[in-house]
Amino acid sequence: MTKIDTSRPETVLPTPSHTVGPFYGHALPFPGGGDIAPLGHPDTVALQGYVYDGEGNPLPDAFVELWGADPDGRVPQSDGSMRRDPSTGGFLGRNGVEFTGWGRVQTDANGHWSARTLRPGARGNSAPYLSVCVFARGLLVHLYTRIYLPGDEAALAADPLLERLDPARRATLIATDGPLGTYRFDIRLQGEGETVFLEFQ
Amino acid sequence: MTLTQHDIDREIAAEHAAYEKRVADGAPVEHQPRRDYAPYRSSVLRHPKQPPVTIDVSKDPELVELHSPAFGERDITEIDNDLTRQHQGEPIGERITVSGRLLDRAGRPIRGQLVEIWQANSAGRYAHQREQHDAPLDPNFTGVGRTLTDDDGRYHFTTVQPGPYPWRQHLNAWRPAHIHFSLFGTAFTQRLVTQMYFPSDPLFPYDPIIQSVTDDAARQRLIATYDHSLSVPEFSMGYHWDIVLDGPQATWIEEGR
Repeated sequence: MTKIDTSRPETVLPTPSHTVGPFYGHALPFPGGGDIAPLGHPDTVALQGYVYDGEGNPLPDAFVELWGADPDGRVPQSDGSMRRDPSTGGFLGRNGVEFTGWGRVQTDANGHWSARTLRPGARGNSAPYLSVCVFARGLLVHLYTRIYLPGDEAALAADPLLERLDPARRATLIATDGPLGTYRFDIRLQGEGETVFLEFQ
Repeated sequence: MTLTQHDIDREIAAEHAAYEKRVADGAPVEHQPRRDYAPYRSSVLRHPKQPPVTIDVSKDPELVELHSPAFGERDITEIDNDLTRQHQGEPIGERITVSGRLLDRAGRPIRGQLVEIWQANSAGRYAHQREQHDAPLDPNFTGVGRTLTDDDGRYHFTTVQPGPYPWRQHLNAWRPAHIHFSLFGTAFTQRLVTQMYFPSDPLFPYDPIIQSVTDDAARQRLIATYDHSLSVPEFSMGYHWDIVLDGPQATWIEEGR
């Protein structure tokens, strides 16, 4: 059943996914979850957006995880995203000098999220992007998408994923310029302007 | 019209019959729930209607999704995996030990990765401000744990048996007792959030969330096994639950999947 005999590969089958439900807020989000960029780093980008349902209502009970390469396109290998204080059991926050590349931010009561990370560098054949994983109450299996940053049209045009998409859908993966130098990236789970979600095989 | 358990039972049965027919007609076994599963009403406006765009990872081994964020000793404290020791007093409830291995699809252990859990207390109440269930909070129980898997991919938690709780989706809706798990693999594509259940819970047939896994064998993989060898004498009952992460990973390509 749930004791798996690894000598019998036919029994090694995936554990099904479930929704995060409504009550993860005291467990998964952590202070500084979106402060991924080391303090004062010149390649810092600020990202923000909303998560919407099929009726255009923002979700107050969703969270996103961001995962991206460093500005040179290298995969971060540092731990320490959720550094802890062994004396109190609380959170210390990131140390401000290392880059883990990963963060977790929940939407607020308005369905809005924000994070600061480093502008990712290109890897392989792809234009630079951040990988995004979306979780929410009501979502039985998390959803992957990507945030591409605007600007380098030649790189975006050559991206193997973007070039496969029709223009309207392609636009859902490219952040837009937001206020105060931020990038805006909204996630629409369903309906008009539905974000392109990805499946890896 | 108040939505009743009977209404939901009929919808669950219809979804199950439709799945069985698909498989009988030659469709593949579905290890995962469909995101569009109406008996769980919250899914109705929160599932994409467009099919996902498939990325063949063998075409580009450089994808950042084929790597995983790192977690280490700095990210946990020593008592994070013992939910009974996080307050001054002992929580109320049956103490349990929950342990198992985190594996990939090839059966290999996933080492040094973060496992996060959260759960209701023994009365079926979460220490969460928006929780409306009128059951007692336990000042000695928060219900949050973390650990890193060891070199065999093994994790280990000490906690108390969570209670079932009502959740208002429909009249007399009750969730079977469960522990939420959040897991990372060696690739971001293997990310998993799920729930572990306990053997022989009478609420299984009524719960649209566990029934969203329409494949009978897949649903069984969410249910821990009682394991007497994990029970600690004079202390706790033991449950064993192995977890297998889906999703492609970089090493599969090297091995010519």
